[in-house]
Amino acid sequence: MLDSKAVMKVAQLARLKLSEQDAQDYQQQLQKVLENFGKLANVSTDGIEPLITPTPVDLFLREDQVLQSVTVEEIIKCAPESRGNLFKVPPVV
Amino acid sequence: MDLTTAGLRDIASAVQTKKTSAVDVAKFFLSRIQTQDKKLNSFVILNEEALTSAQRVDEKIHKGENPGFLAGVPVGIKDLFCTKGLRTTAASKILGNFVPPYTATCVERLQEQGAIVLGKTNMDEFAMGSSNETSIYGTCHNPWNLDYVAGGSSGGSAAAVAGRLVPATLGSDTGGSIRQPAAFCGLAGVKPTYGRISRYGMIAFASSLDQAGPMAKTVDDCIFLLDAMCGHDKKDSTTSQRAWKRLHGQKDLKSYKFKVGLPKEYFEYSIEDSVKNAFWNTIEKLKKQGVEFVDIELPHTSYAVPVYYMVATSEASSNLSRYDGIHYGFRAEPPNKEWASLEELYATTRAQGFGAEVQRRIILGTFALSSGYYDAYYLKASKVRRLIQNDFQAAFKQCDLIMGPVTTSPAFKTGSRINDPIQMYLNDIFTTSINLAGLPAMSVPVGLNSAGLPVGVQIMAPHFGEEQMLSLALGVEEVSEMRGKVPHGVQ
Repeated sequence: MLDSKAVMKVAQLARLKLSEQDAQDYQQQLQKVLENFGKLANVSTDGIEPLITPTPVDLFLREDQVLQSVTVEEIIKCAPESRGNLFKVPPVV
Repeated sequence: MDLTTAGLRDIASAVQTKKTSAVDVAKFFLSRIQTQDKKLNSFVILNEEALTSAQRVDEKIHKGENPGFLAGVPVGIKDLFCTKGLRTTAASKILGNFVPPYTATCVERLQEQGAIVLGKTNMDEFAMGSSNETSIYGTCHNPWNLDYVAGGSSGGSAAAVAGRLVPATLGSDTGGSIRQPAAFCGLAGVKPTYGRISRYGMIAFASSLDQAGPMAKTVDDCIFLLDAMCGHDKKDSTTSQRAWKRLHGQKDLKSYKFKVGLPKEYFEYSIEDSVKNAFWNTIEKLKKQGVEFVDIELPHTSYAVPVYYMVATSEASSNLSRYDGIHYGFRAEPPNKEWASLEELYATTRAQGFGAEVQRRIILGTFALSSGYYDAYYLKASKVRRLIQNDFQAAFKQCDLIMGPVTTSPAFKTGSRINDPIQMYLNDIFTTSINLAGLPAMSVPVGLNSAGLPVGVQIMAPHFGEEQMLSLALGVEEVSEMRGKVPHGVQ
C-alpha cells in the first residue's frame, strides 16, 4: 500500500521535492501500477534464481595502458558552478 | 537519384563514385529538415558541423582514401547518445545545457564509416514513454497523419526517417522504443541482442534492458548501420566479445527456410482488427514462400508488463540519481539567494529538472528498492523475469524464430493516453518481454490500415540470432504491401 505520506517519504529518499498535490497525484497513479503488479503474487517462484543480466557477460582483460581520455578541464566545464578544478557546492557545515 | 527514396547502399555508392558529393547529400536533407520539420518536430538540435564533416568525406574520396561504407550517408541520432561538442539532453530540462566532452561509441563507429550526423532527434524524456509526449521539446508528429503520435520513445528518430528528412537514424530500445515507433511510422527498426552494441556514451535508463539500434526505411538500410555499430567495445564491459559478421555484402541473405513459432498467448489480447488482419495476411503470404509455422507457448506473457515496469523503474531510480545539480546539467536557483542545505539543492533541482513521468518512475523504483519492499517487488519481478526468459528458451527448441504483432493497435491520437499510465504501459505488451529476456527483435512494416496508418509485424530471434532474423525480415519485406507508399503529412 502506497499512501501519499509514503510517497512523500519515498520522494525524500529519491531527493525529489514534492508538493502535497504532487504527492496525491502520484499516489493515485502509482497505486494503480502497484495493483497491476499484484497479479505477480500468483506466480510460483520457489527455487527460481532472479535474472539480473539477460545475456552472459564474458569478462575480459585489457592491457593496462595509460591513455588520454577526457581531461579534467573538459569535465569541469560541464558543471553549473566551479572554481579552478573543483566543483562548487553550497556550504555543508 | 531521388534521395528521398534512395537506400543507404545507393547513397554511399553514389558518393564513393563521385556521382554526387557528401556535401550535396547533406545539404539536400538539411534543407528538407528546414522546410518540413515544423510539422513533425522530429529534430531538436542540429549539427552545425554537418557540412564540414561531409566535406571531409569528399576530401577523402578525392585523395583516393577509403571513405567507409556509409560514405556521405546522413543520419539522425536520438538525443540519448552523447555527441562531443553537440548538445545532448535526453529531452530533459535537467540536461538542457549539457554539451558532452565525448562521443558515444556507436555514433563514433557510424562516423568512422563516413556517416554524417545531421542532428539530434526528439524522444520521450530519458526514453520514458511510448508516445514522445514527455519530451521537453514537445510532441513529435506522425508523418502519416499529423494528429497521431509517432510512437516512443524514439519518436523523433522514426518521424524523421518516415518524413524523408534523413535516410536513417539511431534509436534505443528499453521496452520497445525502437520497434513501436518503427511500426507506427512504417519503418524497419532493430533491437539487437543485449550486448551487441556498445552503450558507452548512451544515457542510461535501465541498464539491464537498454540497447541501441537502427531505424530506417528498409531492412537493408538497417543492416548497413548494424554492420558499422555491432561488436565488442573495450569501453563497455557489457558488450559481447562475439564477432559480428558483416552482412551488407552478403548475397542471397533473404531466406524463407525457417520454422517460425506463433505464440498463442499473444492472440488472447484485444488487438485491433487492422493489426490482426495485416499479421495473418503476412503469415499466409510467407506460408506460400515456404516458411513453416508452428504454434508455441509463452505462458508468462501476461506478466511481462508489470515485471518490466518494476525492473525498469528500479534501475532508472538508481541510474538517475547521478543528476544532482553539481557535476553537469541544470541547477535550480536557490529560493532565498542561498541554499539552506545541499539536500535542498538536490531535491529542488531534481523536482524542477525532471518531468512528471520521470519523477513518477523514480518514485516507483525507489519504493520497489526500499527496505521492506525489495523482496516483494524488485526481487519478485527479477524471478518472474527468469521465467519469461525460460519460456523463450523452451520455445526456441521448437522453432528458429518467433513472429507476432509489435503493438495492439496502430498509432493512436496525440493526447489520448498520456494521463493513463496503465493504458500507456499495456501498449508495450508485445515488446517488453524481449528486453527482459535480452533477445534480438525487430519491426518490419507490412502495410497501411484503412485510415492510412502503417502496421508492422515483429520478428524475434534467439540470443545473437540477428542474421536469421534479418534474413526472414528481407523475406517479409518482399511480400509487404508497404513498398512505394509515402506519407502525405510532409511533401
